[in-house]
Amino acid sequence: MQHLIIGAGPAGVVAAEALRKADPDAGIAIIGDEPEPPYSRMAIPYYLINNIDESGTYLRDPKQHFADLNIEVVQQKVDKIDTSGKTVTLGDGSSRGYDKLLLATGSHPISPPIPGLDLPQVHSCWTLEDARNIIKLAQSGSNVVLIGAGFIGCIILEALVKRGVNLTVVETGNRMVPRMLNDKAGGLLETWCKNKGIDVHTSCSVDAISDAGNGQVDVSLSDGSKLDAALVITATGVKANTDLVADSDINVDQGILVNRRMQTSNPDVYAAGDVAQGVDFSTGNFEVQAIQPTATDHGRIAALNMAGQGDEHHGTLNMNVLDTVGLISCSFGLWMGVDGGDSAELYNADEFQYINLQFDDDQLVGASSVGKTQHVGVLRGLIESRIHLGEWKQRLMRDPTAIMEAYVACTQELSYS
Amino acid sequence: MSWTRKILRVDLSKGSCKSEPLNMEWAKLYLGQRGLASKYLSEEVDPKCDALGPDNKMIMATGPLTGTMASTGGRYSVITKGPLTGAIACSNSGGFFGAELKYAGWDMIIFEGKSDKPVYLLVQDDKAELRSAEHLWGKTAWATDDSIHATHQDPQMRVACIGRTAENGCLYAAIMNDRHRAAGRSGVGTVMASKNLKAVAVRGTQGIGNVDDAEAFASATNDGKAVLAENAVTGQGLPAYGTQVLMNVINGVGGLPARNMRDVGFEGAEHISAEAMAEPRKSDGKPNLTTNGACFGCTIACGRISTVDPTHFSVKDKPQYQGSSGGLEYEAAWSLGADTGIDDLDAITYVNFLCNEDGMDPISYGATVAAAMEMFEDGVITTKETGGIELRFGDAKAFVALTEQFVSGGAFSADLGMGSKRLTEKYGKPDLSMTVKGQEFPAYDPRGIQGIGLNYATSNRGACHLRGYTIASEVLGIPVKTELNDTDGKAELVKAFQDATALVDSAGLCIFTTFAWGMDNIAPQIDAACEGDWSVENCLETGERIWNMERLFNEAAGFTADDDKLPKRLLEEAIKHGPTKGQVSRLGEMLPKYYEARGWTADGKIPDETRQRLSL
Amino acid sequence: MQKSLNIDPGKCTGCLQCEMACSYEHTGTFNPSRSYIKVFTFHHEGRFAPYTCTQCDEAWCMRACPVDAISVDMATGAKVVSDDKCVGCKVCTIACPFGTINYSQATGKVVKCDLCGGDPQCAAACPTDAITYVDADWTGYDRMLASAAKSLPSAEATAG
Repeated sequence: MQHLIIGAGPAGVVAAEALRKADPDAGIAIIGDEPEPPYSRMAIPYYLINNIDESGTYLRDPKQHFADLNIEVVQQKVDKIDTSGKTVTLGDGSSRGYDKLLLATGSHPISPPIPGLDLPQVHSCWTLEDARNIIKLAQSGSNVVLIGAGFIGCIILEALVKRGVNLTVVETGNRMVPRMLNDKAGGLLETWCKNKGIDVHTSCSVDAISDAGNGQVDVSLSDGSKLDAALVITATGVKANTDLVADSDINVDQGILVNRRMQTSNPDVYAAGDVAQGVDFSTGNFEVQAIQPTATDHGRIAALNMAGQGDEHHGTLNMNVLDTVGLISCSFGLWMGVDGGDSAELYNADEFQYINLQFDDDQLVGASSVGKTQHVGVLRGLIESRIHLGEWKQRLMRDPTAIMEAYVACTQELSYS
Repeated sequence: MSWTRKILRVDLSKGSCKSEPLNMEWAKLYLGQRGLASKYLSEEVDPKCDALGPDNKMIMATGPLTGTMASTGGRYSVITKGPLTGAIACSNSGGFFGAELKYAGWDMIIFEGKSDKPVYLLVQDDKAELRSAEHLWGKTAWATDDSIHATHQDPQMRVACIGRTAENGCLYAAIMNDRHRAAGRSGVGTVMASKNLKAVAVRGTQGIGNVDDAEAFASATNDGKAVLAENAVTGQGLPAYGTQVLMNVINGVGGLPARNMRDVGFEGAEHISAEAMAEPRKSDGKPNLTTNGACFGCTIACGRISTVDPTHFSVKDKPQYQGSSGGLEYEAAWSLGADTGIDDLDAITYVNFLCNEDGMDPISYGATVAAAMEMFEDGVITTKETGGIELRFGDAKAFVALTEQFVSGGAFSADLGMGSKRLTEKYGKPDLSMTVKGQEFPAYDPRGIQGIGLNYATSNRGACHLRGYTIASEVLGIPVKTELNDTDGKAELVKAFQDATALVDSAGLCIFTTFAWGMDNIAPQIDAACEGDWSVENCLETGERIWNMERLFNEAAGFTADDDKLPKRLLEEAIKHGPTKGQVSRLGEMLPKYYEARGWTADGKIPDETRQRLSL
Repeated sequence: MQKSLNIDPGKCTGCLQCEMACSYEHTGTFNPSRSYIKVFTFHHEGRFAPYTCTQCDEAWCMRACPVDAISVDMATGAKVVSDDKCVGCKVCTIACPFGTINYSQATGKVVKCDLCGGDPQCAAACPTDAITYVDADWTGYDRMLASAAKSLPSAEATAG
């Protein structure tokens, strides 16, 4: 049995490991085109502030781990997939056959339609190579413009602040992280950032970037302001890397469409991670989530099914946790609520504290919080287990901070001695 | 060290919060909590000041063992001049607030002055600030606790606050922490209200990492825990029955007062006892007692968590009172039950809930109601004063209605809020007040049990069992049995208990440990935690020093030997029946010996040589 | 035979000795705010429930970690966080459906129960045996697992 995995990110690596566990004798190879060993983009912000060196971003110990598991790691670009011949052609002209193929090709940053994006002062923040470029240009005292206050934008804010740059953030939405938090919570992040000396422009876009000479660029904003900057970072979202299967029998929508076994329209080809458009736990719809926990879940489910041991998946829960210059926020599932459902909310702008719970009948279906770090995972537990909260729903309506108590009370026998 | 070495000084007049170093010279002489805060109070407050005026100060103080793994090491005390007594007040509380304060990095908070408007103090580690409490004023202690938790969205925040009775001027209002733990006696909550301070909310994340000798401390505290576990009282009796284990015991020996101490022995005692609390009731098959609960770090866990029978008249249509909450301790069961002649366990449990919810001392409240009942039966008080309530001994419905009326500031609440001394004086019956220095007695009759009478009479905060719990010796035989009706040796016994208690109260520990622990168990724990010499001898001397310092405060406040006395009833009206029939308190035999044992003059003054001996 | 923490809420008095012991073991301070075991209080029911990681087989935290900072201690079966590797990204804190791996502001890393290397201090400190460290096949532990599993049907569906 030959398993081939294209993509060396979390989905690909977890899939390889799960395959090895499920099938000790199979041939397993991961093909990735980046020059570094498999690494995690989640760690890049910490690399930017020198908390870790490059090796700290590696998904696994590159020297031993893959060899120990007899997983081959190939650094090559994949040029072509032939699903009828069940082979892939690599950048060096060689080709490899497979019995089962996993596409874990990830995603790439979207370039917004702004003139001047090709200037050398403009970078996205996605790969280690991008991070190295940012480190070079984001020197203390220099002006930096960050386009996009989404998840990626926010996680690198602290790194930029710590590097001592003068930072301006431009977000087209009416608030920060609009796809993760509502107005109130997003507003808290904005105030927090402004208090930290970050210039935040919401409901605002960049019209153009132009060369100003002296290694600087001019940035024109839709609200009329003009900025000069040594570095412009674009973080306006990502798009699935589906080019490889563009003209194949594999169905693509926003990403590669997969069923509950992570199988594409070709039964021998699977997809996982940012590239896969899989079942969303909350809606039952097929969506590209492009988040780390989903990538690893996808990888594992795909692997088990490739090895013939898997099951249908109930779907992955959309969730995010974000550290915005020290203010921690998270959101889960249908944080914006459902029609006819109840919600509970506590908001304290002075203390940057927020919690919002969304119910469908007596089940929790979504949640978001700001300023909380303790036991937030249980929000996932409550949502994903579809626990009927019973009387605890009313208690949570009164005091939404009692999530852990609700969970413990609903799942543990409080007395059985 | 175990001290954080930091004091938070809050000037409510100016609205300022400042950090200052702890006076370590004083810490070595007075240890912490009760002793050390009393020293600060003595140095900073004129003992003659108006207890409810801006010149009085209120100190919330932890001990060096508060917040450590020493069993029961979670206590704090509130030290101030008490409005009920005019004497130094020191009310000790468990729960979780004290440890949290320590974890925030503070040995004590000194409140001074008076705020123009209601405020609460928010302490988050080093950060302390006063916040407006106008939205909290007029709320119960429980509602205040809930509201502060909702504002800060932090379930781990610990809150100490006052309820409505303090705001209404009740002179025995408590400071409630963690919903049902109280710095209960002498009106410390009233002082807090007089300063327009509604609550103190604390969140501490710094921990304590500076015990002097970590290895010795682990060993001493583990030894201490083993002693508590193996002892019949602390290892079995208190966890299973709580202090309520005493109800039938004290009644049995002829020491349980009833009906404003008109009687000794209560025929309904068994209905309100620990045994009754454990008995499943007919309505829902559940007992009154849900479980026992511990204060911070306590391996005894004597606390009662109870429910009222949901079909009982007091809570029938009030679901908010049908859940579990702080249940009856012995003193409250006595004052709200035996002393009012009421043997309805559910009614007095409910009244106890209300005492917690609105923050009043159930001992003083029950005893004041008992005095009012006696005056009602004597015709001195009528339904005109009581708002239509027929206030007779034994009437549970009347008592429940009266209490609901009282906590919300209705008819008769101003009278009841005075305490029994002022109430009986107002109606011309001062001999019906069962108080010393204006504070009501707890649940042991000085006619039946001689030593406790001497302790009441000489207690620095007015009548109180917790200043020198001679019951341990006189009833339970701890550490040695002394006879109930003997007066010989009681002076020395009282002194020894009072001094040891002062030390325990200054350490951060609970006095209930002393059912099992002697000073030879306690001193090594303090010595391992704290720098300096904390030998058994030095601990005992420190306790004696503290006792004498409190006495000096009271002396300066105008108290004399004439205040070391018991009500006439206890000296003259003999017990009518039961095992102690015919007895009266023989305080006169014991008091001179007590002064002598303390090295005081015959008129109860502290002479120079005693002061010098104690470095006072 | 591997051992497991067995928690019997019915015996807990809420004294927090376990939280002090845990924090002392891991931080050198008595500091419940940094304890990995937490006692939850149910005022209305009059109940206390100590709660910490069950070292579940699914190891959601370990799987979600992007930098391989969580591993299995072969001696105890505990899922252990390596401070050297953890970057503090917090993904595991939302991935763990039990809420038992948490971000520590004090260290900038995540923290969780590590069974103290096989001598759990919470169990040693518990005065009422509400927390014990017992052979994993003890029946009470099955009940605990069962009640945890009851809460997560989805975990079984994908366990493979």
